[in-house]
Amino acid sequence: MNYEEKLYRLLREDERLLVLTAENRAPIRGLPAKIPERFIDVGICEQTMIGVAAGLALRGRIPIVHALASFLTMRAFEFIRTDVGIPALPVKLVGGFSGFLSEANGPTHQALEDIALMRGIPNVNVWCPADRQELVQGLQTVLRDPAPYYIRYIDSPPAVGHRTPFAPGRAEVLCQGTDVAILCYGLLTAQCYEASRLLGREGLSVRLVTMRTLKPVDEDAIVGAAEQAGLIVSVEDHFKAGGLYSIIAEVLLRRGVKARVLPIALDGRWFKPALLNDVLGYEGFTAEALCARIKAELAQGHFD
Amino acid sequence: MSFVDVLVYLYSAWLRVDAENLRDPRRDYLLLSKGHDVPALYGVLAEMGILDPARLANHLKTTDDIYWHPNRSVPGVEFHSGSLGHLLSVGLGIALDIKLKGGPNRVVVLLGDGELNEGSVWEAALVAAAKHVDNLIAVVDRNAFQANVATEDLIPLEPLEAKFEAFGWGSSRLDGHDFVALEKALGQIPLRTARPSVVIADTVRGKGLPSIEARADRWFCDFSGHEIALLLQELEGVRQAELNSAPLMVR
Repeated sequence: MNYEEKLYRLLREDERLLVLTAENRAPIRGLPAKIPERFIDVGICEQTMIGVAAGLALRGRIPIVHALASFLTMRAFEFIRTDVGIPALPVKLVGGFSGFLSEANGPTHQALEDIALMRGIPNVNVWCPADRQELVQGLQTVLRDPAPYYIRYIDSPPAVGHRTPFAPGRAEVLCQGTDVAILCYGLLTAQCYEASRLLGREGLSVRLVTMRTLKPVDEDAIVGAAEQAGLIVSVEDHFKAGGLYSIIAEVLLRRGVKARVLPIALDGRWFKPALLNDVLGYEGFTAEALCARIKAELAQGHFD
Repeated sequence: MSFVDVLVYLYSAWLRVDAENLRDPRRDYLLLSKGHDVPALYGVLAEMGILDPARLANHLKTTDDIYWHPNRSVPGVEFHSGSLGHLLSVGLGIALDIKLKGGPNRVVVLLGDGELNEGSVWEAALVAAAKHVDNLIAVVDRNAFQANVATEDLIPLEPLEAKFEAFGWGSSRLDGHDFVALEKALGQIPLRTARPSVVIADTVRGKGLPSIEARADRWFCDFSGHEIALLLQELEGVRQAELNSAPLMVR
């Protein structure tokens, strides 16, 4: 089952759900024909879409809005903050082509600060599913949660088999280990899973955790990783500032836990526009490149 | 002062909303998009019995929520505002849901003329026309001033009806202090079949107070209690107030 099929099923079950889009129809292209009365395309008007969603939510609806992640979270930022965040309305913000998924579009389309922006808004939660399977698994829970959510949309085939039931604020531990703990989310879960297998083959004991929701965040998963592994590695297709690395730092600092953390992220720059696999290669996010960076870090020895 | 007559007319004669039906899904909605007009709204809501007049004494106190912009802890305030250019799209969302459910209610969004500088107003105007929401009505407080200067000296807005008409709306222009004109125009809503309507209400800032009327330098003053008493006398036609407080340059 894919996102559109799951969404269509949920739409039929719950009259409150409405689908909106700022003319970004790729993930929901079949819905206008199937359920036209609950499908509202406002054209390329992200700000108006958010205001409209707030108005619909005031009337008891649960609007699920779709747009490219960069324009949804940045052009319409103040509308999300003011019209959705302040009143905590149950609007679900689905951002497409986030992170590396914008591929060759160039920096105008690169949403690499979307998580920082959305988690900074009081009341707004953030969910970054690893793949299509997790997106479909968690969709009903997130749509029924009264909180507003930002969802980093993804349609990748399953990175791994997800056996942990979805719950906001609960990370999924994909494998246990004590030398290195890789913390990740979204698209790069697949590369991290492969990297963990490669490292395992070289005799390293690797813990792999995909965070699922970054807000609320599973603090115990972060603290547990710090306590049980000698090195934490955060991997994300996001700017280093404000994403998972920042979240880890905030949690460890507040909990008084000392840890060695290697951030693998985009550090103050946009990425080279290209097709996804070439981006991963160029920017050093393939499984092999991740392995090499982690081994290089480990080779530097432990700190006190 | 420029918009208070429109507010009085809407609440006392036109809107199907009162203290008893504030949660009724079939009520009419009024959204104050130019949120800085909230003193006028507080007064009208209190006069209409929607807001407890005793709460007005809590203005700016931390023990209540009666502050410089509208918020939903004030009965009758459908949605908070303050950031300009937001509530036309929120009103559009409400109007769309009413249409989807086949409801009879109408949504009135009150816009400032300076607020029309915001691109999001025109974005929402474009979408509202496309969605055929004939239950959405914008009323523009055309007092010809914005925070610091006259609108036409900064970003000229005229011809306003033609702009909205070009965006697909029906329009009417009238004297915003004339209840008969308001009754006539609002009695004809929608002003264009299957389209949203805009009423451009020409108004005078400080209407009824000659010592303030149409003077940009008296738009934001921290008047003394004595001056306020004099202004109330002026409003009632006793005598013109003598004002000495300096205007505040806050925006």
